[in-house]
Formats: sequence, structure tokens, C-alpha cells
Amino acid sequence: MARIAGVNIPTQKRVLIALQYIHGIGPKMASDICTKVGIPAERRVNQLTDAEVLQIRETIDRDFIVEGDLRREVAMNIKRLMDLGCYRGLRHRRGLPVNGQRTHTNARTRKGPAKPIAGKKK
Amino acid sequence: MARSVWKGPFIDGYLLKKADKVRSSGRNEIIKIWTRRSTILPQFVGLTFGVYNGQKHIPVNVTEDMIGHKFGEFAPTRNFPGHGGDKKARR
Repeated sequence: MARIAGVNIPTQKRVLIALQYIHGIGPKMASDICTKVGIPAERRVNQLTDAEVLQIRETIDRDFIVEGDLRREVAMNIKRLMDLGCYRGLRHRRGLPVNGQRTHTNARTRKGPAKPIAGKKK
Repeated sequence: MARSVWKGPFIDGYLLKKADKVRSSGRNEIIKIWTRRSTILPQFVGLTFGVYNGQKHIPVNVTEDMIGHKFGEFAPTRNFPGHGGDKKARR
């Protein structure tokens, strides 16, 4: 059982894959960490020595923003836009797409499930 | 894609002159501008601009956070009053 970056306990998968269970680490960062610490790709998490786990933990702490800190940073960026009263902030406030996508149709990711409009049927 | 750094921030030239004039003569005066595309520079902080939205000039008080944004971002050009039956029309 390896505990890296707070609450994350990736299982008996390959290190490259297991690291991606941490919020803020994707394929690129996972492979970066592996090369930096010098772990072969086919090593599994339960085969890691304690020293290696420690090394991984240290590199993540040092070079990457991860989990809660990352979430906080993103939330702060969005909050800044909203407090500023700029166009992107207004879009965030209304829960509409921010980057200029169409809203006539689609945009369901931001708007949530379609709401029926009363009296639209013939 | 972001703008190349070597070009520097985009700004319409006359805006600098206008801002300077207001700066040197006593302050708090709304500077009416039409260049929504100009970048907000550090020397504009504290001034109030009337940014044109196609209909009227929206007063925008420039703060430090706004540096790097464009003027147009602070004066919405569309007003969506909500759909027919909605009583909660905003603005």
C-alpha cells in the first residue's frame, strides 16, 4: 500500500498508470516522474522499495502542483475572473461555456441536462 | 493561441495620449473610448474609462487585476433579458 501526495492509494498497477490516479498527474507527468526517479516502466507499485516511494513523493512535492493545491489554484483563477466582472467571469457565473462556443444547441456539459420548455409542443 | 511576446501588448495609439491628458489635468473624469480591442496597461490603473458597447459607454474603473485584459471584456455587447415567461430577468 503506497500513499503518495496525501490521500491517494494507487493499487497493484504499473507505476506509470498508478500515478495517474493522482489529480493533476497525467500520462506526461507520470512518465516524467518515472524517468526522474529512474523506475522502469513495467515495475508495479507493490514492488517499489520504501526509498523509491519516498523519492517519488519528494519529486512530486518539489516539482508538481497536485490534488488540493491544484484544485485551489484553479478555483482561485476562476474566482478572480468572476470578481473582475469581465466577460469570462460572467460566463462562469451563469454556467455557460466560456471560450466562445455556440449555445443555440449543445453546450450541455456546462448547462447540464436539458430542461423541457413548457408549452413548446403543438 | 496567445500573442507573440516580441510584439508587445496591442493598443490603439491615441488612447495613450488621451489617458495622459486626463492624468495630468485633474483626475476622475470618464474617458470615452471606442477601442475595445486595446490592452489594459499598468499606467491606466485608477482611471475610469467609458468603454463603448455599441450603444453607450459603460464606465469601467480600472484596477490592478485588470492589467493584461482587453477593454472590451468589461463592457458586454449583448443583453440577454431572459426568456418570455421568466420573471427573473436580470439587468
